[in-house]
Amino acid sequence: MLKHTPLNAVHRAAAAKMVDFGGWEMPVSYGSQIEEHHAVRRDAGMFDVSHMLAVDLGGTDARAFLRYALANNVDKLKAPGKALYSCLLRPDGGVLDDLIVYFLREDAFRIVVNAATADKDLDWFRSLADRRANAVAIAPRRDLAIIAVQGPNARDKVWRALPEARAASEALEPFFATVSGDLFVARTGYTGEDGFEITLPATRAAALWNALAVAGVRPCGLGARDTLRLEAGMNLYGQDMTEHETPLESGLAWTVDLKSERDFVGKATLLAAPRTRVQVGLVLADKAGVLRGHQRVSTARGPGEVTSGTFSPTIGKSIALARVPTGCAPGESVTVEVRDKALAARVVKPPFVRNGAALID
Amino acid sequence: MNVPTELKYTESHEWIRREVDGTLTVGITDHAQEALGDLVFIELPAVGRKAKAGEAVAVVESVKAASDVYAPVGGEIVAVNAAVAEAPETVNADAYANWLYKLKPDNAGDLSKLLDAAAYTKLAGES
Repeated sequence: MLKHTPLNAVHRAAAAKMVDFGGWEMPVSYGSQIEEHHAVRRDAGMFDVSHMLAVDLGGTDARAFLRYALANNVDKLKAPGKALYSCLLRPDGGVLDDLIVYFLREDAFRIVVNAATADKDLDWFRSLADRRANAVAIAPRRDLAIIAVQGPNARDKVWRALPEARAASEALEPFFATVSGDLFVARTGYTGEDGFEITLPATRAAALWNALAVAGVRPCGLGARDTLRLEAGMNLYGQDMTEHETPLESGLAWTVDLKSERDFVGKATLLAAPRTRVQVGLVLADKAGVLRGHQRVSTARGPGEVTSGTFSPTIGKSIALARVPTGCAPGESVTVEVRDKALAARVVKPPFVRNGAALID
Repeated sequence: MNVPTELKYTESHEWIRREVDGTLTVGITDHAQEALGDLVFIELPAVGRKAKAGEAVAVVESVKAASDVYAPVGGEIVAVNAAVAEAPETVNADAYANWLYKLKPDNAGDLSKLLDAAAYTKLAGES
């Protein structure tokens, strides 16, 4: 029995192609995932991401708890509403999940975690808080829905559909969030475009979705979500990194604060870890197939592996993120085993697309 | 479901039209393109290639997955539709207008083994 988000009936009414995504019944597309992708790059599209979980942290030790639990430094969050992207690590440095944490007040932080890892993350948070005797309240918010509206016209269309949110969110900077009544509006996203991710009571989700559609926002599914995030050079947990990899070999060294005196879960292992593998971007040279996860990569320094690949609608070529031996550099040529053929690909530094346009040719 | 009655079909979701001169025009069905999603790459066989019945001769690939396209009967590839290789998405738009390849069958009688529209509709409805 698959889990349903508060918008399940809305997706079915729109004849969406539904699939099992980590135990949730989710729309992969409403017709053409490539058209949905273009809508986000050129105009505005919306995603039901209510399968992800918002977890509210309260209590006097909320910040202290996060300071130790997260690989990125929560003390970077000083201004109310500021957001931080971080990995959640195991003591051996393996990645449990990637997440965003928002600072609202000293006794109020909100974390948003991935759907498939939510239960695992909650168990981990609770056992860690117990062991550290942190006075922190951990409250999963399954009463909330999350709608991500993304694209150059996203914010304008959100204000058209949701005038009550305008005053509070008009001056919102990128990577900040604000609360307005029962709405939580964050200027964050997973597409490389501007936009808002709106968290609100599940009972209000369908009305907002329909109002956004009337305002000209196109419903988009998980298929487009994947091509968009890959073009933007963003990792997908479970593919680009798992518990068996560290952030340092997953292109996420920039999210790990190893410089300060702060101790955190996994720090010792990361400091000692040999830097033998790195993440790079790949572009397939010819229109000869599609790069996909687990394909073997041959480089001048030894073998590697595609972690996630797809066709990029904006560039018109296949792109991928791959884990290869350290030293592989942008501009180098590699080959990738695609359906028994060794196809030529070029190493590039992600992202592949910015401001709606291809950064590579 | 869009299943033209004048065509023949295979269990592997190819459609076949017998031309006046006996050659067979082959493509993938509307059911197949719908299941695959947006096509981004099509690999066609070389003209002149000989194939057995059931042999994989072409590949259609969507963002989601790659799928082999088979020869419905034994024969020789006599033409390929280069236009679809240039614009794979046209097969999504109209799977029956945008054929993939033409085959000269070794035996004209082999066609009787193929499915008619009713049989294919039943099969596709259950898959």
